[in-house]
This record gives sequence, C-alpha cells and structure tokens, in this order.
Amino acid sequence: MIRGYAGKFLDVDLSSGSLRDVKFSDHILKNYVGGRGLATRILWDRLGGKWEKVDPFGAENVLLLLTGPLTGYFPGGRTCVSGKSPQSNGVVGSTLSGEFGVELRCAGYDGVIVSGRSEKPVYLMIKDFDVELRDGGHVWGKDGKQTVAALVKECRGLLNKRYRGFGEWREPAMLYIGPGGENRVRTAVVMTKWSHAAGYGGYGAVMGSKKLKAVVVKGTGPLPEVADIERVKRLIKTVCSDVYEGEMWRRWGTGGGGYYFGAKTSSEPVRNWQEEWHDEKGYGVDKFENRFWMKQYWGDFGCPTTCLKLAVIRSGKYKGAITDNPDYEMQAYLGTNLGIFVPEENVFLTSLIDDLGLCGIQTGSVMGFAAELFQRGILTEKDLDGLKLKWGDADAFAALAKKIAFREGIGDVLAEGAYRAALKIGRMKKTDLLPFLVHSKGISIGAHGTRSGKDFPEIVSYACGVQGGDHTSLTGLPLERNSELLEMLNDSGVFCSFNTFSGSSNVRFDFYEAVTGLKLTRKEWCRNRAMKALHLQRAMLLLGGPDVTWVPGVDDDNPPRFYEPLPSGPEKGKTTDRKAVEKYKKRYFRAVGWDNDGIPTSEALGRLGLKDVDRALQKVRKRQAS
Amino acid sequence: MAPKKEPIWIARELARCSGCRKCEIACSLFHENRIWPEASMIRVFMLVPGLEFPHFCAQCEDYPCVKSCPVDALSVSKKTAAVLVDSGKCIACGKCIDACPGRIPHMHPKNKHIVICDLCDGDPQCVKACREGSWDVLRVVERRGETAYRLYARKPDEVTRDLAERFYGDQGADYL
Repeated sequence: MIRGYAGKFLDVDLSSGSLRDVKFSDHILKNYVGGRGLATRILWDRLGGKWEKVDPFGAENVLLLLTGPLTGYFPGGRTCVSGKSPQSNGVVGSTLSGEFGVELRCAGYDGVIVSGRSEKPVYLMIKDFDVELRDGGHVWGKDGKQTVAALVKECRGLLNKRYRGFGEWREPAMLYIGPGGENRVRTAVVMTKWSHAAGYGGYGAVMGSKKLKAVVVKGTGPLPEVADIERVKRLIKTVCSDVYEGEMWRRWGTGGGGYYFGAKTSSEPVRNWQEEWHDEKGYGVDKFENRFWMKQYWGDFGCPTTCLKLAVIRSGKYKGAITDNPDYEMQAYLGTNLGIFVPEENVFLTSLIDDLGLCGIQTGSVMGFAAELFQRGILTEKDLDGLKLKWGDADAFAALAKKIAFREGIGDVLAEGAYRAALKIGRMKKTDLLPFLVHSKGISIGAHGTRSGKDFPEIVSYACGVQGGDHTSLTGLPLERNSELLEMLNDSGVFCSFNTFSGSSNVRFDFYEAVTGLKLTRKEWCRNRAMKALHLQRAMLLLGGPDVTWVPGVDDDNPPRFYEPLPSGPEKGKTTDRKAVEKYKKRYFRAVGWDNDGIPTSEALGRLGLKDVDRALQKVRKRQAS
Repeated sequence: MAPKKEPIWIARELARCSGCRKCEIACSLFHENRIWPEASMIRVFMLVPGLEFPHFCAQCEDYPCVKSCPVDALSVSKKTAAVLVDSGKCIACGKCIDACPGRIPHMHPKNKHIVICDLCDGDPQCVKACREGSWDVLRVVERRGETAYRLYARKPDEVTRDLAERFYGDQGADYL
C-alpha cells in the first residue's frame, strides 16, 4: 500500500444520481500520482476510445476534482480540476488553492469523479462518509459571493443540526461555479472562496453543463497517514524557512507585476498585446498596497507565502469591490490589456469577474480582442449592442463582461472564448481575424510575452506546452530542469508551485518519498512517470474534436502577434525569432520522443507502455499525411 | 522570544490573521502527531472569506466550563492557568460547550472527549508557528489577574460580525 492517500475516490453519476466509492491500483497511483497526472489516466481509460466524439458539454464528459498525496502536507495545498476541455478539446490540469483538497482528504476521499448530467441544478455535499446530492435550485443564478454565503449558511446549519454535540461547526470548503459556468461560457472557472479559480481549461462551463452548482465538503479525520512523519515535519520546516527569507515575494505576491513586467521587462499585454511596454507609475504596487490592501498577507491552508492580499474599495464610485491583490495576471488582463491603468478600476473589474465566475485571464483576453476589433472598425457600436469599447473604459468592459457571463447579444459570441469568437466574427465580417488573436490551442496566453526576451517563458513554452497558453505549465529544455514535467509533479502532488521557488527544487522529490514511502528521483520522474502523463495529454490534445481539431506542428506555434516587432519602449523593435522557434521546437519534440510535427512516436509510446495510445494516434498520423 | 513568567496568556490580534492555519497544523502535529484540523485545539474560522480568525480558549477568569463539568474532568493548571481535560473522566456530555460564552470547546472528532487548549504546558506551538512567519496574530504574554479575559471568549458568528464591519463596512452584513 502506498502511503499518503485517503484510499478512495467518490464516483458520481449525475444522470442516475448514483454515488459510489472507487479505488485505483497501486500501479496507477505510483505512475500517475494524483491531480493532473491521474486525470490524464482516468480520462484516457474512460473516454480515450471515443475522444474525438466526446462533446465537452455532453453528459459523457468527466469532470475531475482531484487531490494528490502531498495535498495538505507540502505547504500550500491545491486541488486539480480536469476533464475534456471546452477550450483546447484536450486535457488541462487546472489547479486552485484553498481548503477544499484538505477537507476532502480529511473526509476520506482523494478525489471526486463526476459524469452524467443532472436535469435540475444540484450540489453535492460530503461529510466524511455521508454523501448526498442536494437541490441547488435556490443557489442557481447566484453570483460567487452570494453562493458562498448561502451555502456556508445552509451547510453549516445542516452540520449543526445533524451532528449535534460536536460544538460549533466550522464552514465546510466548497468548489462552485458562478453565472458564467451556469451559462456554459467557455472562459468560466471553477471557484473556491471568493476569488480563487481554476481558470485554464474552462471547467466552470463543464460543471455548468452538468448542472452541478457546487461540491461542499467537511472532513473530520486527519490527513491520510504518511510513511515518515518526522521527515515530513522537517521538510515542511525546510520549505517554510526558505519561503520566509523572500520577504518582498510574501509582501507583494505577484501584485508587484502590473508595473514591473510593463516598465522593466516589456512583456506585459497592453491593449491586446499591441504593445508590451508601459511606464505608468500610477499603476505601481504601492498604489494597490496603500489604498486597497486590508490584509497584506492572505492565504490558504498551510501556506507560508500567503501571496494573496485582501483588496477592498471602501469609498467612491467602485465602493464595495472586494477581491485578492489583484494579482499580476488580473492587473494585466483586466488592466493593461484593456488599456486600463487606474488601480480602482482594476480592483473593480477583478471583483466583478470573480462574482461572474469567469477567468480573468481568458475573459480579459477575449475582451481585449473585441476592443482591438472596435479600434480597427471591424466591430462597430451596433455589433456591440451600443457599447463603445474604447481602451481604458472600465465601465464598458464591465458591461461587456456581464453580457459574456449571461450570453447576451455580442456576449453570446465572445462567450465562446477568443479562438472560437475570432472564427465566428471572422466569418461574419469575411475577414481573417487570427492575426489579432493571442492564444495557443484555444487557450489564451498568460501575461508574460516572449518578444523582449526578458521574461521567463521560453520562445517555445506556449507553442509546445500540452496546456497551450497556460503560463503555469511552461515548457522548454533541458527537460529535467526547465520543462512542464516539473509542473506535472506540482499539479499531480497537488501543491502550489509558488512554494517551490525559494529553496532547492529537489525538495518536492524528497517530500514525495517521505509521504508515500516510494523512492522517486528527478530522472525517474522526468523520463518515465511524468512522461506517461505528458504523452497522454499530448495524444488527447491532438485527437481533439468534435468542434475543433489542431494540426500538429502547425498549431504548435506562438500567436502571430508574438512575431511582430515591439512598437514601443526600451525593447522597441525586438521580436520572437521565428527560425529560432522552429529549431527549438524540433529539439524539444525530439527530446520528449515526438516526431517533427510533435506526434508521439511509436517507439516512445512503446517504451512508456502506452501501446493503445499509439494505435489511437494512427488516425492523427494519417490525417497529417493527407 | 524571551521566556514569559507563568502563568501565561495568548494575546490575539484577530484582524491580522492570514487564514494560513499554520496554528492548527502545529497544534495537531504536537498533540496528535498528525495534521488534523478538526482535532486541533485552535481552529481558524472562515465563515466569510477574508474574515479568518483563530478560535481558542481564552481562559476566562471565572472558568465557567470547569464549573459546569458534572464529572470533574476539567481542571485549571496551576502552572499555566490553562484548562486541562482529563480525557479518561470526560463523558463527552458537552455541558462545557454550552457554559462557554464563546462556545469554544468542541468534541474530538474520533475519541469521545472534549478538546480545549492546554497552552502546551506553557510553550504554545501555535504561537511559534504564527510568529515564525511574522503574521503575529498570536503572542504569549504574562497573565495578570485584573484583565477581563472572558471578553475574548466569543462565539464565531459574533467575531465574524465584528470583523465584517471592520473590513467590509456597511455591506459586511450581506455576507453573513
């Protein structure tokens, strides 16, 4: 038996209402660990044979909410949300912080596997081994903050009533969707607390398609037993002490980025990436810190960094907005990318996006795209239902975000996400709009550009990553130091990458060993175990379908804009070198065992014991040959 | 930290709480040798996001919990002034929960006895964890007779209401 696991998963079929416990063999857990890795295996086993036909919004899709053996132990636990993505039509392991994973493991479950589709809105409540589906009609339609308030009250009330004599029950943890997810907006997120979101992948929309409003959990047991608790205690100390030394990282979180990545590295999206430089000192972290941060250190279970900051607007036009930081990605995508450089407006938009249950990055991306079309006269005021989508107009963008969440007017088109919206509007306007679109395989690109060469992504990170534009799964060479195989361990563990930055990057392998009792070296992980999951992810991404299929090699690229010269700032004129990208790409594909177009080779798949994947990929190879 | 003269008290600045729950982790690792949030003697409530705070024994000057116990399972430590639970004697009747003005004691989730902060015999682990990360919500101070410790024994909903007003102003009530 491998230590560190609760030992069972809850399998929910919403069509029939059946709830049962399932287990996975030690062989599967050893190779795929949990979270993102295990998600690829479960999805392949359940849907692999018919992947191209599986509609991400169909009852057959499987929504996964998975922890890993390190969740709750490695400081900063997370939960991984996955399934067939309505954005990339592949698999994204999308993680979010919060107490959900810890509560779930304390309740005796390592994860929840949801299939089918309920006829009426429901939510799932788990209290240790007491599990039930409850009517969710009264919370359907509620925004994020309303949903949390209503379900905390209701479920805590249930706990106090059903399990009297315990004393005061605390709030249970929950994952939920907002209106965006209910309306199957492809940029909708699965959320927890008020502002934590699993954004990449669009799983809020999958949850909404299943009419599942929330999963609520209270666990009263301890975290699952580990192999060596004394070693785990020492490792927790090591990770925390390393983190405590980086004071500015703790103090600002990523909130320092909104000014920094524009002014210092010229790699921040400005007006839909038309520029990547700005020097707006009024948008500095000091402004956010001094005016809005009610808590300078705000975080989740076991986290030494507490990189969140509770931001509240207490007066003025946007009084009542509450969110975290906003963190760098929000400062960029709901700020600079929309031509907004006023901190209040950024806090307001971020709070609104939270409430609507949308991904700030990808909704900010699609809104920036729409605004550029307006700037170019391609989309008119009439197309936009009377909205003048001018750069910097926060109220116009707020109105648009609501239209997207509720799929009203132009919002219904933009709710398809930037890639699908670009195709649709392009057909309407009989113009190729892809040059203005910043995405990789349906997933909008994180707010770190490659043109200046001064930020951390490699020039092939977005092009070759199996999670497309996901900036939290950047890939590159060498594989054992600089690829998404390392993120694969964080996302499968499941714990926060932010707590791996400060100390030795080997700590996570030691941690895995201390928790599970199994030896794990970096080499074994990168060459064998993570490689299996990576190949499964790549295979399902290439199979794609039914509405979108990517062309291997061709779609493995940066967006066109990343090859335009930077028009402004100290890095003016610089761009991503296309030849270098092509060369690097080939080297990367070879290193992971893929052919020149990025299709996994039979040899690599054979070595990894994935012969059935090899057979399935014959279709892709044939498609490519023709 | 200079050693404090006993008996001690844990002063608390609730509005600083980050919600990291390192206090619970330290507490349950010390007392149970497991990470076990619901067995922890200190529990962070988050009835509303952003309004996290640790909820744990305030050692009221009149110890109503001790007085309420029908089987003398509770006593006051002469050394630290903490309430000590004799888990062998405790019958898990819950009378101390009702007697506590803050409804702070809770049942051990597995074993049939009440859980109350024992101040780790004078060296509270939660305080160390909190100060290590410089959150400084918790601080060990000398316990002096004249203080109204009882004021700190408050129900989670009451504390949440206060913090909601402090952080979210008028609209705080919307989230309760």
